[in-house]
Amino acid sequence: MSLFVDIEKQLGDFRLAARFETRSGVLGLLGASGCGKSMTLKCVAGIERPDRGTIVLDGETLFDSEKRIDLPPQKRRVGYLFQNYALFPNMTVRQNILCGLHREKDRAKREAEAQNAVRLCRLEGLEGLRPLQLSGGQQQRTALARILVSGPRVLLLDEPFSALDSHLREKLQLELRELLGRFGRDVVLVTHSRDEAYHMCSRIAVMDGGRLLGVKDTKALFADPESVCACALTGCKNVAPARKTGEYEVEVPDWGITLQTARPVRDGVRAVGIRAHYFNAKTPQNRFPVEYLGEMEEPFEWIVEFRYRGQSPQAPPLWWRVPKDRRSAEFPPQFGVAPVNVLLLYE
Amino acid sequence: MDWYPLLNSLRIAAVSCVIVFFLGILCAYYAARLPRAVKGALDVVLTLPMVLPPTVCGYFLLLIFGAKRPFGMFLAQFGVQFVMTWQGGVLAASVVAFPLMYRTARGAFESFDETLAHAGQTLGLSNTYIFWRVRMPACRQGILAGTVLAFARALGEYGATSMLIGYTPGKTATISTTVYQLWRTNDEAGAFRWVLVNLAISTVVLLAVNLLEERRKAVKR
Repeated sequence: MSLFVDIEKQLGDFRLAARFETRSGVLGLLGASGCGKSMTLKCVAGIERPDRGTIVLDGETLFDSEKRIDLPPQKRRVGYLFQNYALFPNMTVRQNILCGLHREKDRAKREAEAQNAVRLCRLEGLEGLRPLQLSGGQQQRTALARILVSGPRVLLLDEPFSALDSHLREKLQLELRELLGRFGRDVVLVTHSRDEAYHMCSRIAVMDGGRLLGVKDTKALFADPESVCACALTGCKNVAPARKTGEYEVEVPDWGITLQTARPVRDGVRAVGIRAHYFNAKTPQNRFPVEYLGEMEEPFEWIVEFRYRGQSPQAPPLWWRVPKDRRSAEFPPQFGVAPVNVLLLYE
Repeated sequence: MDWYPLLNSLRIAAVSCVIVFFLGILCAYYAARLPRAVKGALDVVLTLPMVLPPTVCGYFLLLIFGAKRPFGMFLAQFGVQFVMTWQGGVLAASVVAFPLMYRTARGAFESFDETLAHAGQTLGLSNTYIFWRVRMPACRQGILAGTVLAFARALGEYGATSMLIGYTPGKTATISTTVYQLWRTNDEAGAFRWVLVNLAISTVVLLAVNLLEERRKAVKR
């Protein structure tokens, strides 16, 4: 029970190359906008046609360029939740849900299934309303109900929270996670938000300029992103080119420092990343003099811009994030970084 | 008063409106998905009857369907004749009204959100179902506007009609040709009566459209 995808598609200058496999749970495709995430989902659903490759779902080939197999979307039984939910505006919630049940010929059964979905997605009392009369969250649940009743073998979610107000997102993420758990099928979720990916996905594949980098467990990806792109997408603000100078040591010319690492440095290291939370005035390792530049206040944290004393003038300032209750009155003269928090980036 | 021109006009407008409705939607649907260059060329051809003087359209129709022309003679073998018949009126009105339907429908189709169609496909709905139950209702406003414009244009058609079917009382007379004929023969009162009839029909049509619009908005709210 899994989805296997290995496709290529050329669109003008843009080249999409994606290869991944779902393995129960939610797989995230994390990437900046325009990197080909949605295009990948559309290829799986059959809305777009890849130039080359194969797509296999539960052992059935949906697409194979060699064997000239290309099932129409109607035959793929792939659930696709669109970014704008794509509810039919001329139909009520109930009619929209019944659209997902058109295969069921028995009228009574159809009604029962629809009723069941209405309950599951907490849409009671809204059955007679039209999509425009619903809130964003209700629209999302209607779209999900419509998809779930159609009995999809895999569920594709395209930026499911981007159309919602930010203060609703976390709550709806919790709800959706619970619903997906009950759905019990593989899910592929496309997002540009690292928080969303972290909340929702058990594994994550990072996409960069049409290329899908490897799939990793969510925690492992955030602990060791390995590539510059993945590092940036997981929210790391401080990245600078680096050179290997020892088995556990890299030189960072832009910052004018040499860092000790916990992981052995492989050849071909390109850069290092240090997350803004990981600078600490008390850490004894990788400790260098720093200089305060400026700050920005967030509701519960400070973002402080600083530079290393030996930093090259062209290099951008670094970011330090600190919870308000943990910030000392004086800006520390020196920062240390635990070697385990020095991220080694290779691609 | 002889009511034949009214019946004939309504008959011609109704039949050509139905023809133009389906033909216009069909052309608009496929034209909306063509590559831009092909679409531009096709657009010119399909819109030409709208900008040409109707008499020129009538001239072209006579060139094709005239009794002594190859295609006209070919059709005559099957007993189909467009010159001097009310069916010819349908042909003339359809040709002239077609671009109005085609252009408004195409505009509506082009602004249709394709993700709705894609969502329908992934739910397993057939393309026919999606077309009639999702795409058409979503484009209802443009299509309705096009239909009304086409009907009104067909009802008021004069130039191409008079070229192709002339004016025969009780046979090919329409309101617009009757108005001209009565005026020409100094029957001012008669002409005025028909003008009033025409005004009444046009007003009813426009009122109906406005009413439909308001109902639609109310439902939306």
